[in-house]
Amino acid sequence: MTVDDLLQKAHLAQQALLAAELKVFVCLGSPCIAGGAEEVLKKLRQTYGCGSIHISGAGCMGPCSRGPVLRIQSATQTELHYEKMSPQLALLAVESHLHGKFKSEKWPPDLPFVGGQQRIVLSNCGSCNPEDLESALAAGGYHAFLTVIKEKTPEQVCTEIKASGLRGRGGAGYSTGIKWELVRKNPGKRKYVVANGDEGDPGAFMDRTLMESDPHRLLEGMAVAGYAVGAGVGFIYVRAEYPLAAGRLRRAINEAEKAGLLGQNILGSKYSFRIKIRIGAGAFVCGEETALMASVMGRRGQPSNRPPYPSQKGLWGRSTLINNVETFGCIAPIIEKGAAWFRSIGTPGNSGSKVFSISGDVATVGVLEVPLGTSLRKLLKITGGMTGGVFKAALSGGSSGGCLREEHLDIPLDYDSLEPIGTMLGSGGLIIMNHRHCMVDLALFFMRFSQDESCGKCTPCRIGTVEVRLLLERITSGRGIPDDLKALEQLCQLMQDASLCGLGQAAPNPVISTLRWFRSEYEEHIRGHCPAGICMVGKKTDHEPSLAGSQEVTCPG
Amino acid sequence: MTKTAVINIATDSRGLDMIRRLDQTSSDELIEVLHATQQHYGYLENDHLAEVAEKLRLPPALVYGVASFYHLFRLSPPGKQHCTVCTGTSCHLKGGTLVLQELEKRLGIACGETTSDGLFSLGSVRCVGVCGRSPLAICGTTMLSGFGPDDLADKVCLHLAQSVTGDLTDDRR
Repeated sequence: MTVDDLLQKAHLAQQALLAAELKVFVCLGSPCIAGGAEEVLKKLRQTYGCGSIHISGAGCMGPCSRGPVLRIQSATQTELHYEKMSPQLALLAVESHLHGKFKSEKWPPDLPFVGGQQRIVLSNCGSCNPEDLESALAAGGYHAFLTVIKEKTPEQVCTEIKASGLRGRGGAGYSTGIKWELVRKNPGKRKYVVANGDEGDPGAFMDRTLMESDPHRLLEGMAVAGYAVGAGVGFIYVRAEYPLAAGRLRRAINEAEKAGLLGQNILGSKYSFRIKIRIGAGAFVCGEETALMASVMGRRGQPSNRPPYPSQKGLWGRSTLINNVETFGCIAPIIEKGAAWFRSIGTPGNSGSKVFSISGDVATVGVLEVPLGTSLRKLLKITGGMTGGVFKAALSGGSSGGCLREEHLDIPLDYDSLEPIGTMLGSGGLIIMNHRHCMVDLALFFMRFSQDESCGKCTPCRIGTVEVRLLLERITSGRGIPDDLKALEQLCQLMQDASLCGLGQAAPNPVISTLRWFRSEYEEHIRGHCPAGICMVGKKTDHEPSLAGSQEVTCPG
Repeated sequence: MTKTAVINIATDSRGLDMIRRLDQTSSDELIEVLHATQQHYGYLENDHLAEVAEKLRLPPALVYGVASFYHLFRLSPPGKQHCTVCTGTSCHLKGGTLVLQELEKRLGIACGETTSDGLFSLGSVRCVGVCGRSPLAICGTTMLSGFGPDDLADKVCLHLAQSVTGDLTDDRR
C-alpha cells in the first residue's frame, strides 16, 4: 500500500469519524491501564460493537491520577471527560449521552485539568489511537515529513528549526537548530540520530506520555532530523521501565516501514532512514549523552569527557545528533506552522510550549502542556490546587535541580528565569510538596538516589555522594553539629567543580538549594528537632517511625 | 486482572529467537541479549554470561561488567514471586520508602534478596513514571497502588500470598 492509498484511507476514516453520532475515547496510558482502562474499553466494545458509536483506545489525556479517563464527544462537538471509570460507570456515561442527559448531576461539568493548556507536542495525545498508523495519519501525522521530503532542502530545514528558537527539552536548553547545523556540516558520510527517551529523573513522565500516546510523532521528528542532518539510521533509547512505550514504538516503526514512511528510498526519494530501538536496563546516568551512546553500543553506561561532542564524534566514532524525545515532538508543528508561529508562543528566548509532569500533593497528578514562561501558580491552578496542607515547596529538575518557595510562584517557568534562584527547569518534572514534608529528608532522599546511580568513574561523584549522604544522615538522626552545614557546602562545591559529567556536577544541587531556601530547617535538626516530624532526630531510638505494629496481616512467607 | 508488564521488560517474541541465534547477533546488542536471557531464565547465571560472551565474541569481563552495571539485571535467582517497590520521588513522598521497609520486615529479607524458601524476592525501582498512582509496587506483571503505605503493603502481601496459593482474584481497588 502506498502512502497515497494510506492517506486516502485515513481521510475516509476521518470522514467516518466525523459522521459518528458519538465518539468515545478510552485513555490507554500506563496509569489508566493500571486502573483498568482495558476492561473499560472491552466492555464498551462488547456493548456497542461497530454501530454508530465510535469507540477507540487513545493516548494519554493528562489527568493520570483520575484514571481511567474517558472522553466523550457528541455530534455537536460537546466534549466531556469522565474520571475514575469502571466498565459499569463507563456504560452509564455513554448511555447518558445517548439519551441527551449528559449534564446529569452525577458528574462534574468537565475536569478542570483538561482546560487551560496549549497542547502542541501532545496535540494528538488522547485523540488518536497510538497503535494505529491510519489514526495518526488522519490526525495530521507525517504531513510535515512529506512536505520536507518533497519541498525542502536539508539546509532549509535546519534554518527553519534554528529560526524557531527551539531549545532542547531535555533540560540543558541548547539551541536545537545549532545542534542540527553542526551535524549537517560534519563531512562524515555516516551519521546517526538518537532520541533520548531515558527519562531517568524520578517524577518525570513527559517522554513516557509522548512515546506511549503518539509514537508516530517521535518517528516523524526523527525522520525529519535524519533528512536535515544527512543520517541514515536513528536509535530510540527507551528506559526499560517503560515497556508499554517500547512496545508501541516497535509497533509504530513496523507500521511506518510497511507503509514506506521509513526504510529504503522513502517515497521514491533518495532518502533512506531506518529507526531501531534500544532498551536501557535501569541506569539514571544513561540520560547523559555520552553515557547514553555507550549504552546504545551495548556497553556500560559510563560518561566520557566532552569535547569531543557527539556532533563531532558520537556513535561508533561518527557524527551523531542526540535530542530529547520531546524536542523531536516539536519538529512536526514547527515545519507545518512555521518558525514565526512557534516563536510567537512562550517568551522571548524561550519559544514554544513545554510539557510538565506534575506530581506530589496536588489534586490532580498528570501531564500538561503550557507555553514556556507560564508561572507555577497557574500550573497549580490547572491541577486543582494543593491537597493535604499548604504549599511549601516545588521541586524542579529532579535530582539535578532545586526547589522553589512560595515567593517564587509567579516566576515564569523557562530555561533562564530559574537559574538565579538556584534551580533549573530540567526536563519538566515538577514535584509539589505541602507543609508536611521535611526538606532535609528530601535532600537525603536525592543524595541516596545519586549515590545509587553514580557510575563510579570519577572520584568527586563516587566518594562525594557517599560523604554528603553520611553528613545528611548524621543531621537527620540528631547527631549533627553546626559545623556540618559548612562541611556540606564545601563538599557540594567540590562535587560541582570537579565531577566529570552532569550527574556528579548536579548531584549536590538539591542540597545546595534546600540549604539556601530552608536553612532554618537544617539548623532546627541540629538543635534536635525535625519540624515536619519525619526524621529520626528527637525521637527515641528504639521507636521506629515506620508502619511497625499497625498491621495485623501476616507475612505470606 | 490488570496485565501491565512493567519491569518484566526485555524484548518481544524476538527474545527467544535472539538467544537461539546468538552467533548471528551483533555484539552491539549485548544489552538486548542480556534482557532476553534474563527474561528466559529469570536471571543471569555465570554460565549464561560466559555463553553470551563466547557467541558474541566479546571478552567475558566486558559482558560481566555490563551485566553488573545495570540495576535491572539480576545475577542471582529471584523468588517465584518478585515484588518491586517504586521509590521514586513521588512515591517517596507518599510513603513508598516506608512500604519497602515494611515489606522487608514482613518478608524477613532486605531489598534485593530472596526468601530462603525461594518463594519471594523484593526489589526497588526509581520511578516507573506512573506517579498518578503513587505509592505503587509491581508484582510480576501487575501494578498495585494503594491509598497509603499501610494499604499498599497489605495489598502486596495479599497478592503475593494469593499468587503462591494460586488463588488470585481481582484485587485492584
